[in-house]
Amino acid sequence: MNRAQRRNLQIFRTVVLLLMGAFLLTPIGAMLEFSTRGNGVDAPRTLEAWAQIGQTPGLVKAITVSLELAAITSLGMLALLLPTMVWVRLRLPRIRRVVEFICLLPLTVPAIALVVGLRPIYVWININVTPSILSLSFAYLILVLPYSYRAMDAGLASIDLKTLSEAARSLGAGWGTVMLRIVIPNMPSAILNASLLSVALVLGEYTVANLLNFQNLQVAVAYVGLTSAGTSIAVAVASLLLAFVLLMVLTLVGGRLQQQHYVPGQRA
Amino acid sequence: MSVEIKRGDAGIEVRLEELTRRYGPVTALDGLNLTLGPGELVALLGPSGCGKTTALRLVAGLEEANSGRVVFGGNDVTGLPANKRDVGMVFQAYSLFPHMTAMQNVAFGLRLRRRTSEERRRRAGEMLELVGLSAYADRYAHQLSGGQQQRVALARALAIEPTVLLLDEPLSALDAKVRSRLRDEIRRVQLDVGITTLFVTHDQEEALAIADRVGVMQSGHLEQLGPPTEIYSRPATPFVAEFVGLTNRLPGTVKGGVVEVRGVKLPLVQPDAADGPATALVRPEAVSLTVDGDIGAGPLTGTVIAVAFLGATSRVTVDLGDITVLAQMPTSTAAAHAAGTRVRLAFRDDPVLIAREEKAPVEA
Repeated sequence: MNRAQRRNLQIFRTVVLLLMGAFLLTPIGAMLEFSTRGNGVDAPRTLEAWAQIGQTPGLVKAITVSLELAAITSLGMLALLLPTMVWVRLRLPRIRRVVEFICLLPLTVPAIALVVGLRPIYVWININVTPSILSLSFAYLILVLPYSYRAMDAGLASIDLKTLSEAARSLGAGWGTVMLRIVIPNMPSAILNASLLSVALVLGEYTVANLLNFQNLQVAVAYVGLTSAGTSIAVAVASLLLAFVLLMVLTLVGGRLQQQHYVPGQRA
Repeated sequence: MSVEIKRGDAGIEVRLEELTRRYGPVTALDGLNLTLGPGELVALLGPSGCGKTTALRLVAGLEEANSGRVVFGGNDVTGLPANKRDVGMVFQAYSLFPHMTAMQNVAFGLRLRRRTSEERRRRAGEMLELVGLSAYADRYAHQLSGGQQQRVALARALAIEPTVLLLDEPLSALDAKVRSRLRDEIRRVQLDVGITTLFVTHDQEEALAIADRVGVMQSGHLEQLGPPTEIYSRPATPFVAEFVGLTNRLPGTVKGGVVEVRGVKLPLVQPDAADGPATALVRPEAVSLTVDGDIGAGPLTGTVIAVAFLGATSRVTVDLGDITVLAQMPTSTAAAHAAGTRVRLAFRDDPVLIAREEKAPVEA
């Protein structure tokens, strides 16, 4: 590749990056602009809509609940999926396709159809187990399966699971130790990716919560939007920024973890 | 060396009794019986699919036997899971934990045994010294060569003071030079520690070089078990003769306890073999060549068609018209038999094995 070609490629890359950036950031910028508008045509910029977030009844609670749901769903997903996938890879490779199919299935079922099936179950849960909104994490566990499965499958494929687990077992490790000391430390980025996807999905979920009459973040945002458009947009921007920050933190932490053991491109 | 390890007395007897393992319709291991004496290194040798790895995995507890027992020093361990058996294992694939340094890898088993951190460091340090890698204690697996990784794996396996050492083709992934060096090193360490060892390989040279006894396996059972010299010079079955070392297959006739091959009578390993046509299995070393002034013609004369230089010895291929025969001899002797030379064959009158059909082994 000569210099002119390289420069052209550089220009092409920059243009693509700028276009994509504009495409993604313009709406967010517009939302930010809208949420800081004053009342009236010539009114100065104001953060009143943002200040309203703390004072709108139920909004802070909805935010807390959504964060709790995200945490529960991520942990539940890891606790459910990781041992299952490891076990299937090691002991039941024949049913791997079946498990994959089941995990990807929620992707093909529209949320609305899922709710129709979930509704009677939730009626029963609300009466007999708990009326808490945190029970929504069961439904979310199903929704995040396809994304988490893909992320973890890639992580598991990158290590020689069979040999590593057999080596650990011959050294005296039980299955729990194999999982905590060997499997998890060797796929930190896959686990972070899977968790991140779960968090993002739960924070942005509206349909299921709304149809099952639970008030999570997105339902609350929509509700606030009915009375105060500015505040609802402010909350939306805030939740987007929150997701960005989470993503950034997890990526940085993940990168740090990875760098401790691996020289880039030398993954053994 | 200042390495403080138990020397030469760590071995216990290991018995495999009637071990059978089936995978669906396939019988991988068919009633295997094998006893390893304390401190002995036994190599299981055989083609892929002969059951040697299955046998090792059953001893390790990584698979369950359909029937039979595994006994360590009088204790039946058949029902124990792998993590309760106290076996040290080195795998064919690189098995170091990628997120740990060499030192942490070696100390892993000790950590699971709740040794103090000081004791772990001391013992892991000793083990790394034993395999000559003290300088590499802080390296991660990807910073070590293949041979170094396998040495760390050996140190890791020995650090827990296992009752048995299991080596599952530990050298197969390495290149030839590293392989023979590490092979000798494994033997040295094994003798040092005195641990009973089961070594699985498909490489006959490897097995013959380091084992106290070699067990040649085929289709899930032992064909022959004995010291390397016996396996090589007195193979019990045609399969062993052919699998271990090169063998000439010469058509002949059995009559009265000898086999006649091209007019030469050779004694039989089993003199009671029935009369009739058979194939005699003759080692290349048992064939010698002479170049007289007048070779003439006859069943034992032929033309040299190739000479393969193997170092101290050379292998000469002779075309007898209907078949070709391999003869192995010192390179200085072989120099007289350039390709195209007319030569006369002679067979050393060692007892030979015969094969009746392609696959059916003659029972000893």
